[in-house]
Amino acid sequence: MAKTLMKGNEAFAAAAIKGGCRYFFGYPITPQNELPEYMSRELPKAGGCFLQAESEIAAINMVYGAACAGARVMTSSSSPGIALKQEGISFLASAELPCVIINVSRAGPGIGGIQPGQADYYQSTRGGGNGDYQVIVYAPASIQEAVELTANAFETADYYRNPVMILGDGMIGQMMEPVELRAPKKRELPPKIWALTGTRGQRSHNTIKSLALEPDDLEEVNLKLKAKYDVIRKNEVQYEAFHLEDAEIVFVAYGTVSRIVKAVIEELSSLNIKAGLIRPITLWPFPFEVFDTLSSKTKCVMSIEMSLGQMVDDVKIAVKGRVPVEFYGRSGGNIPSPEAIVEKTKEILGGAE
Amino acid sequence: MATHKFIISGFGGQGVMSMGMMLAYAGMIEGKEVTWLPSYGPEMRGGTANCNVVISDKPISSPVITKATSVVAMNLPSLKKFEDNVLKNGNIFVNSSLVNKKISRKDIKDYYISANDIALELGNDKAANMIMLGAIIDKTNVVNLDSVKQVLEKLFKNKKAVIPTNIKALNKGTMI
Amino acid sequence: MAVIFKKSKGLTDTEQHYCPGCTHGITHRLVAESLEELDVLDRVIGVSPVGCSILAHKYFAIDMCEAAHGRAPAVATGIKRAQPDGVVFTYQGDGDLASIGTAEIVHAAHRGEKITTIFINNAIYGMTGGQMAPTTLAGQIATTAPNGRDPNHCGFPLRVSEMLATIDGAVYVERVSVDKPANIRKAKKAIKKAFEIQLSGLGFTFVEVLSTCPTNWGMNPADSLDWLRKNMIPYYPLGNLKSPKEDR
Repeated sequence: MAKTLMKGNEAFAAAAIKGGCRYFFGYPITPQNELPEYMSRELPKAGGCFLQAESEIAAINMVYGAACAGARVMTSSSSPGIALKQEGISFLASAELPCVIINVSRAGPGIGGIQPGQADYYQSTRGGGNGDYQVIVYAPASIQEAVELTANAFETADYYRNPVMILGDGMIGQMMEPVELRAPKKRELPPKIWALTGTRGQRSHNTIKSLALEPDDLEEVNLKLKAKYDVIRKNEVQYEAFHLEDAEIVFVAYGTVSRIVKAVIEELSSLNIKAGLIRPITLWPFPFEVFDTLSSKTKCVMSIEMSLGQMVDDVKIAVKGRVPVEFYGRSGGNIPSPEAIVEKTKEILGGAE
Repeated sequence: MATHKFIISGFGGQGVMSMGMMLAYAGMIEGKEVTWLPSYGPEMRGGTANCNVVISDKPISSPVITKATSVVAMNLPSLKKFEDNVLKNGNIFVNSSLVNKKISRKDIKDYYISANDIALELGNDKAANMIMLGAIIDKTNVVNLDSVKQVLEKLFKNKKAVIPTNIKALNKGTMI
Repeated sequence: MAVIFKKSKGLTDTEQHYCPGCTHGITHRLVAESLEELDVLDRVIGVSPVGCSILAHKYFAIDMCEAAHGRAPAVATGIKRAQPDGVVFTYQGDGDLASIGTAEIVHAAHRGEKITTIFINNAIYGMTGGQMAPTTLAGQIATTAPNGRDPNHCGFPLRVSEMLATIDGAVYVERVSVDKPANIRKAKKAIKKAFEIQLSGLGFTFVEVLSTCPTNWGMNPADSLDWLRKNMIPYYPLGNLKSPKEDR
């Protein structure tokens, strides 16, 4: 298929339909509005249903309902709207219901601004809702990657019976790039025998619940979830390692920031500074193991974020104190400039010598 | 070719977003790597709006432009905001119909295009962005004029009547 | 010997946890019998709330899920949209529906969702231990209104059925009571009617059931029923508030 020039938000929607999404429940919020708008136009053509909910809370609970009924379902929002959905996300994780949630994130806290931000790292990877649970979080760095991750997300969600989140910042949502929509990579999926479809005279009745008043019963649920999360940690980590061999400094960045860092690496190479990049594609599970392969020449690891330092916590865990971990970030909707990152790098490496 | 990085800026409604989109689209038709990144938010509804367009033979690292090979300023606030973002020896295109000021830098090439006046002469003030686009293509060779014409055919396939006016404006822009 | 009464196939054999004298059991039975009589037990999907009836899925022999507090109408919306030929209902109490879940119930009605809501109004929070609900009567004692509800301080009790009846998408709204056999028969009729209208696809259907909470009211079951009749019915009058045109 030929490439088409698509805006990120529309590409997310088109890829979701390609991935089998047939139900979408959302609520308007900038900068993701083109996504539900596209769904309202295109989902009915695919035989699906788009519904604008009365709130983000209602939207995620409609997702819960459609997921209970066995459907492939998605919602999208942006940071403060995702915060409102956390109650539902915790319920979905607890009841082991598959769904896809897209966060086209903006700067916070509070209502914050509408310019891009990456300060939802904690909200996404630490669980913004209550309880011991995880959602699988993908962070695309290009529109092509966004469409692939989105289309595949439905298979992954069904496979693990777990919510999957795509965390793209406002730039990913608003930017246009050429994309090629492809069918998702199929996984072997068992039939959804647990779904609420009505018994249809075929089976005894199904129940989907998350209440467990007996501590031992609830712990059993938690241990079962943990066992699943361990499998996900083992099998689903994705990252890009770029120029790690002989790198004096290794940057860690995700999403659009990782692209800015690639421009920085080029610039540094013209200054004879060898730099590399670890780009987590899954933010949860985080690619801890790749940090064990860092070269002995690496003097420093630096996390670059559109926040005041969130992923850097995971980077510190991953580096295990072997080298200093530095941080550079901008917030409020500002984007770290290549010049500033170069300056910071020179300052750190100069200081180390 | 090297990597072209455009910052195109003006009032909302001047067609700066579509100018950038057409450049990106034409680049894609030519098999190049392209990104188009808009400013977004309330300023889209009448304030200043701008977009960053990168067109390259190589995969594009950053869609965010801090140093542009070309800046297009369709109004005075845009000139003030982005003049310093032009790379040394880069280009700045100024819509002299609305900006009666010369640039202050000496290390960049400046082009003054009276886009609105020329468009009015052609009988359609709204085509000022196409006049400017024609000039950009002529001076930078970032894409072929034919590719942009193909883009017009695609974008307006349901509104074919507007295509000739736009092509006329594009052609006029290349002759300044 | 002839069988003159038997438990509905829509109910399981599980012993219910409800307090002695609680009317949840009666309403569960009316819902199950209605579904059985309409022959839809094999395509019904229920949503239980947060409140005493959160465990309703243990007592109904049908597909069911729990919903977060107040969100049952949104969950039911998702289910109904994905299973349009299913018969979908929510079973919610007054804290769940009339307090935290007002947005969800109003908008399910506003969209004319083809679902049925059974609204249990017992004028108090049961599961959390007798706190004031939006439907708690003026002067009624609750653990968070120790001197009785003061309307000047926290408003007058909310009449949900009257409010929902103003919404075009709500096609059937009726308030019933399960305080005595005659009223229980009327309640059954209303619940069955609501499901029938859902099956005909006309819109949102709603039955408010005035109920007791002897434990949190601090009364014995018989006194509770008297209290309901003397205090609740005058403020929450029984009867049909809205029906599809052809039924009037």
